[in-house]
Amino acid sequence: MLGFIFKRLLATIPVLGMVALFVFFMLRMTPGDPAAVLAGDNGTPQQIEEIREQLGLNQSIPTQLVIWFGKLLQGDLGESFYFKKPVTQLILFRVEPTLALATVTLIITILIAVPLGVIAAYRHGSWIDRLVMGFSVLGFSVPVFVMGYLLIYIFAIELKLFPVQGYRSISDGFWPFLHRLFLPGATLSVIYIALIARITRASMLEVLDEEYIRTARSKGVKERVVLLSHALRNAAVPIVTVIGIGIALLIGGVVVTESVYNIPGLGRLTVDAVLGRDYPTIQAVILLFSFVYVIINLAVDLVYCLLDPRIRY
Amino acid sequence: MIFRRTVKCVIVLALILVLAVSFGQIALAETTLRVVMHSDLKIVDPIWTTAYMSRNYGYMVYDTLFAMDEKLDIKPQMVESYSVSEDKLTYTFTLRDGLLWHDGAPVKAEDAVASVKRWGQKDSLGQKLMEFTRELKVVDDKTFKLILKEPFGLVMMALAKPSSNVPFIMPKRIADTPANEQISEYVGSGPFIFKVEDWKPGDKAVFVKNPTYKPRSEPSSWASGAKVVKVDRVEWISMPDHQTAVNALIAGEIDFIEQPPHDLLPLLEPESDTIALVNVNPLGNQYMFRLNHLHPPFNNQKLRRAALAAIQQEDFLKAVIGDPNWYKVCPAMFVCGTPLATDAGTEIVMKSDFDLAKKLLKEGSYDGTPVVVMQSTDLAVLTNLAPVAAQALKRAGFNVDLQSMDWQTLVSRRAKKEPPSEGGWNVFLTAWVAADILNPIMAAGFSANCDKAWFGWPCDEKMEQLRDAFVRETDPEKQKKLAEQIQVRAMEVVTHASAGQYYVPSAWRRDRVDGVLNGPVPYFWNITKK
Repeated sequence: MLGFIFKRLLATIPVLGMVALFVFFMLRMTPGDPAAVLAGDNGTPQQIEEIREQLGLNQSIPTQLVIWFGKLLQGDLGESFYFKKPVTQLILFRVEPTLALATVTLIITILIAVPLGVIAAYRHGSWIDRLVMGFSVLGFSVPVFVMGYLLIYIFAIELKLFPVQGYRSISDGFWPFLHRLFLPGATLSVIYIALIARITRASMLEVLDEEYIRTARSKGVKERVVLLSHALRNAAVPIVTVIGIGIALLIGGVVVTESVYNIPGLGRLTVDAVLGRDYPTIQAVILLFSFVYVIINLAVDLVYCLLDPRIRY
Repeated sequence: MIFRRTVKCVIVLALILVLAVSFGQIALAETTLRVVMHSDLKIVDPIWTTAYMSRNYGYMVYDTLFAMDEKLDIKPQMVESYSVSEDKLTYTFTLRDGLLWHDGAPVKAEDAVASVKRWGQKDSLGQKLMEFTRELKVVDDKTFKLILKEPFGLVMMALAKPSSNVPFIMPKRIADTPANEQISEYVGSGPFIFKVEDWKPGDKAVFVKNPTYKPRSEPSSWASGAKVVKVDRVEWISMPDHQTAVNALIAGEIDFIEQPPHDLLPLLEPESDTIALVNVNPLGNQYMFRLNHLHPPFNNQKLRRAALAAIQQEDFLKAVIGDPNWYKVCPAMFVCGTPLATDAGTEIVMKSDFDLAKKLLKEGSYDGTPVVVMQSTDLAVLTNLAPVAAQALKRAGFNVDLQSMDWQTLVSRRAKKEPPSEGGWNVFLTAWVAADILNPIMAAGFSANCDKAWFGWPCDEKMEQLRDAFVRETDPEKQKKLAEQIQVRAMEVVTHASAGQYYVPSAWRRDRVDGVLNGPVPYFWNITKK
């Protein structure tokens, strides 16, 4: 097992190297000049040229690549063109809100989606099943920003139960932290609830037809135990896979939610950096996302072992 | 029973917690003004960049030698008194008593000299002033002299320049930073202190009242007069989603929005009991229609005139702003309501004349060369301009290629001198804060010195002679006549055209905020918060 983990971690190095190269060249091919943005709307051609020189953007692309890669190998992700702060500092400041939002979303999703899926499978064909599937279709169909504004209008503006926007760190207290994250978490979780409830239902339906379930029932095992201990556990592998993919998607999918609820997380940092052509920040954030994706996939593979003893690495 | 008691205890504790948090928020909000500006604060050197957010930051942290008031008169600000020699070549300035930097050190003449020199390297009007300057020298701790080589008619206007780049005064050690490098220390002598340790890029920038600031005794008027700070703290909260900002204002989570977009004003208008919606910038902004003189078809003067004949101001204003309360059809390129405002020469852009446009196309032997019109799609205040221009040009007979892109791509692409087929361009439209274009030197669009001119690179010797005469002229009446000739010439050679004036109101909580000042820049002194 340790050998497997070591090999997988080792495999992240070429993956990240390829991502770094891809991102570097993609950015240089994208229209837009950071110097023109930095100079401001009234910037003159001379000012833009001076800034290009200062940022090293007048050097050839291979030279820029060598300089960036050299720094990267030393663990230096560079300095933001705008804020004159190390990119690592900007990312560290933005990681907490995004992680907090992703965690709250995940908790809401799992707490709602898995029971819904199990109940829908158990009551297969009934009105409950149809209701859950109907909700699932709705969850997929409504764009995140529409759901966000809808929840804000109902729960923040009309009912005044939650704030419209903003983020409070958990260090400011658990209640303010949760109070501000509940609506964004609920907004973002809708699509994942829809996805995971469907997968749970499908997996459960497959497992509920198995002979060992029939055997358990014929032995007089209580239905709750049959569902949770026998069926759900055996249906868990595809569910965990989808949750894993969901976490990975969440990291990138928080962009809209962070904008609608004004949460200063990694999603907004990425959008701001892309709009401003802040190359060092974009490169660093995409490298981070790639690393997170690789680690989540590894974690999902390891969870398989716990859920299904037949799986060994 | 035990379970019920536990549940009750949890509910009571939760209520206490909610109340404590609410009271905590109220206590904190008493003198903290929470503001959503038009953009996030990114660069904290208002000389290094022309970005308006950096300019706004500058007005918080720094002070200026002179400032413009609401009558567009120039008033001393950090300067106590000044004199001009009879030959108009020597200006002597004396600083006010009691001016202190945020670190407690006194403001000295050497600081002012170093700051003006740094600004003079970056700003276009400052560069012009420096061309005419023989010497800028310190006389004593409070006095310095500006000695010119020959008379320069815009000395006071330059030192009181209201918008980017504003000649803010910094401590000498900071102002000695090369103009091409950003400063790394944020000490000023202005009415607010920047809390750099609380600055979270992309989240908020925090300013606190400067307790040692010594306001002038005259009443506040734009950036001149008393800058009396009446709140303890101002927070600029970064909120890129306008809808969220409007919701937050209605819910009372913020106090002030600098520029809510026009399409969201109908959401705020019904809330007039609690939310004030006021145009605090009476001069407003002006749209600019800009052509590229380097490449066909607009390297041909007749075809440039044909383009002007095709467009008309009101079409742009109706398409973008919509509500006539927030726009004004204005023939004056130096902005209606200002000393240099004139209608001369601009009739051609006031009403589309497609017959004239077609005639000019024929005279100019237009061969169907595609006209690349760049459209910015991500700024609501600009998005609809390019399609309106494209439609008018098509109707006149131009072969138009409308290309959509984000604003950052547009500002990068407009700097390209290559032909449109190789990534260049023919037409783009943008907007200027009116305070940036009050005369033909500040207004970058009038420069016609070929390669050194603003994007579009017009090349016209007569225009440059007129602009040169303007800066040398010290008599306001004669300056006005020259400005009129410059405007007429601009229309003849088509450096650019005004596509109309528009206004963006600010919105604030009427029940909490009072004392908001008018001006071309958002000022946060004089504001009280209940």
